Amino acid sequence: MSGGMGGNVGGGNAGGGFGDGRPREGSGDRPFFGYDGAMKILVIEDDAQAAAYLVKGLKESGHVVDHAADGKDGLFMAGSENYDVLIVDRMLPGRDGLAIVEILRGAGTETPVLFLSALGSVDDRVRGLRAGGDDYLTKPYAFSELLARVEALGRRKSAAVTTTRLQVGDLEMDLLARKVKRAGKQIDLLPREFRLLEYLMRHEGNVVTRTMLLENVWDYHFDPQTNVIDVHVARLRQKIDREFPTPMIHTVRGAGYCLRA
Amino acid sequence: MPDFALLRTTTFRVALLYLGLFLASVLVILVLIYWFTAGFIERQTDETIAAEIAGLREQYRQRRLPGLIEVVKSRSAVPRTSTLYLVATPTFTPLAGNLSDWPDAEPDPEGWIEFEIADAPEAPDGGSHDARAVVFTLPGGYHLLVGRDTMERRHFQERVLISLAWALLLTVGLGAAGGVLISRNVMHRIDAINRTTRQIMSGALQERMAVANNGDELDQLAGNLNAMLDQIEHLMVGMRQVTDSVAHDLRTPLTRLRSRLEITLVEAATEDEYRAAIQEAISEADRLLGIFGALLSIAEAEAGTMQRSFQKVSLSDLARLMADLYEPAAEESGLGFVSDIRAEPVVLGNQQLLAQAIANLLDNALKYTPAEGCVTLTVKGPEGERGACISVADTGPGIPAEQRESVLRRFIRLEASRSSPGNGLGLSLVDAVARLHGARLEMDDNGPGLIVSLVFPRMAPE
Repeated sequence: MSGGMGGNVGGGNAGGGFGDGRPREGSGDRPFFGYDGAMKILVIEDDAQAAAYLVKGLKESGHVVDHAADGKDGLFMAGSENYDVLIVDRMLPGRDGLAIVEILRGAGTETPVLFLSALGSVDDRVRGLRAGGDDYLTKPYAFSELLARVEALGRRKSAAVTTTRLQVGDLEMDLLARKVKRAGKQIDLLPREFRLLEYLMRHEGNVVTRTMLLENVWDYHFDPQTNVIDVHVARLRQKIDREFPTPMIHTVRGAGYCLRA
Repeated sequence: MPDFALLRTTTFRVALLYLGLFLASVLVILVLIYWFTAGFIERQTDETIAAEIAGLREQYRQRRLPGLIEVVKSRSAVPRTSTLYLVATPTFTPLAGNLSDWPDAEPDPEGWIEFEIADAPEAPDGGSHDARAVVFTLPGGYHLLVGRDTMERRHFQERVLISLAWALLLTVGLGAAGGVLISRNVMHRIDAINRTTRQIMSGALQERMAVANNGDELDQLAGNLNAMLDQIEHLMVGMRQVTDSVAHDLRTPLTRLRSRLEITLVEAATEDEYRAAIQEAISEADRLLGIFGALLSIAEAEAGTMQRSFQKVSLSDLARLMADLYEPAAEESGLGFVSDIRAEPVVLGNQQLLAQAIANLLDNALKYTPAEGCVTLTVKGPEGERGACISVADTGPGIPAEQRESVLRRFIRLEASRSSPGNGLGLSLVDAVARLHGARLEMDDNGPGLIVSLVFPRMAPE
C-alpha cells in the first residue's frame, strides 16, 4: 500500500517545499501546549542525500536534528541521548532498522519511532509496528506528511497522560460524556465526527494529513481516489465553525488540516 | 585404470542388494525343499527296515528259526522288491534270502552296515548297487540281515540336488536380471527427472517432468516438482507483466515530466513560472508514484504470499466502516447511498486489502454515477453454492457485457472514461485481491448501471 503518499490524496498539489503554508515558519503565532514545539530528533538513514534533505527540512521547521549514517552509530546515539522522536530507515547497512528498534525497546527506551521504508506492503508495515515502531511511512513520501507525523509522535509523548477532557480555545470536549461544546453551546456530533474532532484536538496546532486521519480515525491505510476525508472534515467544520466568528479547522494547502484556536 | 563409475551408481548397488536378498531367501527355500524330499526318503528307508524287522521278530518269536527262514524265503521271492533279506549260519553261509553273500562290512554300534551288492535282486540295471541294512545275531550264532537297496534313493537324491543346483543357478541369473531391470527402471525415471531439472536450470523453463500416471512416489515427486515449477512460472510471468507495465506505462508520463522540466529550464523567466512548473512536476511525480504503488499492490496480491497472514474478517463490519467513510462523499456528489447489510458473514482474508478493493469499487461508483443516482453497498451471507458476497451497485452508465473482461486488465480504460481522473488500475487491483482470497469477481447489469460483486468461497464449517 502506498499509505505514505499523502500529497496525492484529494487531488490537490502534493506537499511542496519545506514549510510551505506551514502555520509556524519561525514566527511565534503557534500556541504553546505542553512543549515548546522544538523537538530533538535523531535521523538514522544511510542514504546521504535523503538524510541531508530530511535534516534540512526538519531544521527549517524549527527542530534540533542529529544524524546517524549507520545502525551502529544510531543505536549508540539513541541510547545515550534523550530524543523526542527517532526517524529510522528500515534498510541500513550492517543492521536492520527493525533490529535497532527491537534492541532499544528491549532496553526500555520508549522514544517514539517513525519507520521510513521503501518496503510498502501491508505485511512490512505490520512487521514494523510489531517491532516497536509507532508509525510507518513508505518512501517516497511528501515532506509535509513526514513532518506532520513526526510532530504528531512528539505530541503523543508529551500528552501521554490520560485525560477525560480536551480543550482548545473555547472548544471543549468531554471524553466520558461524549459531549462537545463551543463557547458554552452544545454541538451534536455523530460518533465518527466525534472521533475525528478528538484526533484533531489531540494534535492541536499540528498539521494532520489525510492519510493520518484515515489511519487513526478509520484504522485503514490506503489511498482513496476520491476526496472522502475532505468531505468528512467539511461536515465537521460545518458544525464546529459555521456559527462562530473565528474558524478553528484550517486547511493547510498540500498537506492536510490543522485545528487551532 | 578400471572405471568404477558403474560400481558407484545407485543402480548397481540397488541391483546387488536385491540379488543378495533374493539369493538368501531362495537358498533357505531350497534347503527346506531338500529336507522335505531327499531327507524324507532317507528316513522312510530306515522306517521300512524297522517295520520289516518288527515283522520278522514276531515270526521268530512264534516259529523260531525255521519259521523265520520260511518267511524270508517267501518275501525274497516277491518280484522287484528292493528289500534285502539274508539268513546265514554262524559261519556266514547263506541259508535263505535274496543276497548271495554275507556282505563284507563292519557294523556300527547300532548294527547298521552300508555295502555294495554286485548282483541286486531283480535290479533294473543289473550293475552294482548301494545298500543299507541292519544285522542281528540270532540265538545259536545264526545271522540275520534286513536292508534295502538304496540305489533308487540315491538316484532320487542326486536328481533333487541337481534340480536344486539348477534352480539356484537360475535364481542367480533371474535375480541379477530382475535386480538390474527393476533398479534400471527406477533409476531411469530418476535420471529423467535429473535430466529435466538440468534442462530447466539451463533455461528451458517450459520443460516439465514426465509423469508415468501410475500414482507411485516417483509420480508424486514429479507431480510436486511440476506444480512447484508452475507456481514459479506463474510468479515469474506476473513479475514480468509488472515490469513490462511499468516500463510501458510509466515511460510516457516520465517523458512528459522530463520534457516539461526541460522546457521550463529553457523558457521560464520569472520565479512564479518556475514555481508553477515545479508544482506541476510534483503532482505529476505523485501521480506516477500512485501508479507505481497500485502496481506493487497488485503484484503483491497476485503473488499470494499474503495468504499466510490471513485473519478472520467480518464483511459486514467492513461494509459498515466503508459506508461510514464514503456516505458523506456520495451525498456531497448528490448521490444516494444505501448500505444493505443482510447477514454477518466472516471470511478469511486481509482486512486492509479487502478495504482497498471495496474503496476502489466505491471510488468508481462515485466517479461514474451522475447526480441523482444511487450507490448501494450490499453484504449477503452464503446462499446455496455461493459463499458470502459483498457488492457495490451504481446507477451509472455501466460496462457493456463484452468489455467486462477487458476492464480487469491493467491500464485499460474505456473510451467513455478517458477524460475522468484515474490510472486504469483500480479494477485490476480489485481482481487481484479477489483472486488472492479465492473469491470471484462478478460484474452484472444493474439496469441501469453496474453491479460488481466479490463472491467468496464457502468457508468450511469449523
